[in-house]
Amino acid sequence: MTSTPESARPAFSRRLAAALYKRPRLQLGLLLAPPLGALVVAYLGALLLLLINAFWRYDAFTGRVVTQPTLDNFVQIVTTSVFRDVALRTMLTAAAVTVADALIAFPIAYFMARVASRRTRNLLIVAVVLPLWSGYLVKVYAWRVMLLNGGFLDSVLAPIGLHGPGLSDVSAWLVFSYLWLPYMILPIYAGLERIPDSLLEASADLGAHAGSTFRRVILPLTLPAVVAGSIFTFSLTLGDYVTPSLVAGGTQFIGNIVFENIGVVGNTPLAAAYACVPILVMIVYLIAARRTGAFESL
Amino acid sequence: MERSPAARILLRLATAATLLFIYLPIALIVIYAFNTNRVPTWPPAGFTLEWFGKAAQSSEIRNSLTLSIQAATGATLVALVLGTLAAFAVHRFSFFGRETVSFLVILPIALPGIVTGIALATAFKTIGIEFGLLTIVVAHATFCVVTVYNNAIARLRRSSRSLEEASMDLGADTWQTFRHVTFPNLRTALLAGGLLAFALSFDEVIVTLLVAGPQQTLPLWIFNNYLRPNQAPVVNVVALLAIALSVIPVYLASRISSEAAGVPR
Repeated sequence: MTSTPESARPAFSRRLAAALYKRPRLQLGLLLAPPLGALVVAYLGALLLLLINAFWRYDAFTGRVVTQPTLDNFVQIVTTSVFRDVALRTMLTAAAVTVADALIAFPIAYFMARVASRRTRNLLIVAVVLPLWSGYLVKVYAWRVMLLNGGFLDSVLAPIGLHGPGLSDVSAWLVFSYLWLPYMILPIYAGLERIPDSLLEASADLGAHAGSTFRRVILPLTLPAVVAGSIFTFSLTLGDYVTPSLVAGGTQFIGNIVFENIGVVGNTPLAAAYACVPILVMIVYLIAARRTGAFESL
Repeated sequence: MERSPAARILLRLATAATLLFIYLPIALIVIYAFNTNRVPTWPPAGFTLEWFGKAAQSSEIRNSLTLSIQAATGATLVALVLGTLAAFAVHRFSFFGRETVSFLVILPIALPGIVTGIALATAFKTIGIEFGLLTIVVAHATFCVVTVYNNAIARLRRSSRSLEEASMDLGADTWQTFRHVTFPNLRTALLAGGLLAFALSFDEVIVTLLVAGPQQTLPLWIFNNYLRPNQAPVVNVVALLAIALSVIPVYLASRISSEAAGVPR
């Protein structure tokens, strides 16, 4: 082996490669250290710090944070009606958005998975994926322009004697449903595509008509996919403050209150405590979702 | 299952209506960017390219475009390194807590945006890092890792290790095998993941707004200017630019790798 040209290479890298090859644990350590280090330190560390902040107190007179452990922030959140109302409104909106998205997503996902030709299907996938990660703010802004009084919606609806919802909580629901729709279409599409044709044929052979096949075979089998999609519609709605501030016309959501307290007021402890509401909701939601087998549909 | 012609037509109509719903607001912004009227009335008053000139002259817009590109490039590079390493570790080894790694990678994007935003903002403030490009890159990188990771691990799972074993049997060392066998096989997956990471960073507002300080990325410029009545037409032009610059990478990624399509945010 000394006669191969490779021996001309610096021996060090070859020795290092050999040494690493014999020590898989060391390889694993070297591979894992940077990403885990970064995520644990930067992300989990930050989350922990946020949680600690929630137990501190903001002194309104001095404008400073007092680092004495207290439950005051949590008590304030539970006992103040505004905080309760906003939390409830946000969760109800998230639920309504999820229902709307599931209803809108099902027909197009069904068409993509079981009716469309291969070529149309690929085109549709691209058409659904494209707006997923592009132009979030632009889309919200476009809706604002459409919803404004005398804007596009009002002009289009005027001939049939209707007018748009303006800037309101209904608008927030509408725009959220619009924004997160692709997150619902994709998992439902994947779920529908996985159903073997033979199951549907068996159902038909056993005398079920299309309606009951849909209700008793297709729907139960795609439920995990719907739940998977709902994780996104729910989490994204809970964590957004930009959309409400643009289209909700002053109606507040959890994100707005957290943002105001951390940005304008400087009351980080209260913001941190209130941010525990969406975190808790998501943890409960994820545990519940896991039971339906939704994680396999992600 | 046989579907009646009526059901097929209904499904076709529903699909068309949904696509119209998805693309109508975007189309409207494109139209308004060329509108002569300063106020976005319907129908548009006339066609003009005036606002494109105005936007091109604004140094503020140029600066925020530059910052957006810098931040997205930085975040993408960090995400590429970290995401690839994590994917190799999870794919090649079985170890205690392997499932936790996948969970940890997804967490920054699965938790509500405001939570990630204020957690990072509080951490930066506590450590004393000044808000700016660095904090934006760090924040974006934490939630961009998942796109690279998902693409890389999907490709690794599909590819067979026998090619690498053959390379080693023929006398190549770890580095040569990586350079000539493993990396070429992974290249398109990394490209797709990187493009998605770039788009994700370029488009982000919720976290960015909390960690950018006085700096403005392109979406933040829109956010700070949409309320100024005089700016409305220029905002439309910038919106068109922002959407074009994030649609292109997503489109390319979905062409390069079919795995990219299924990646949730």
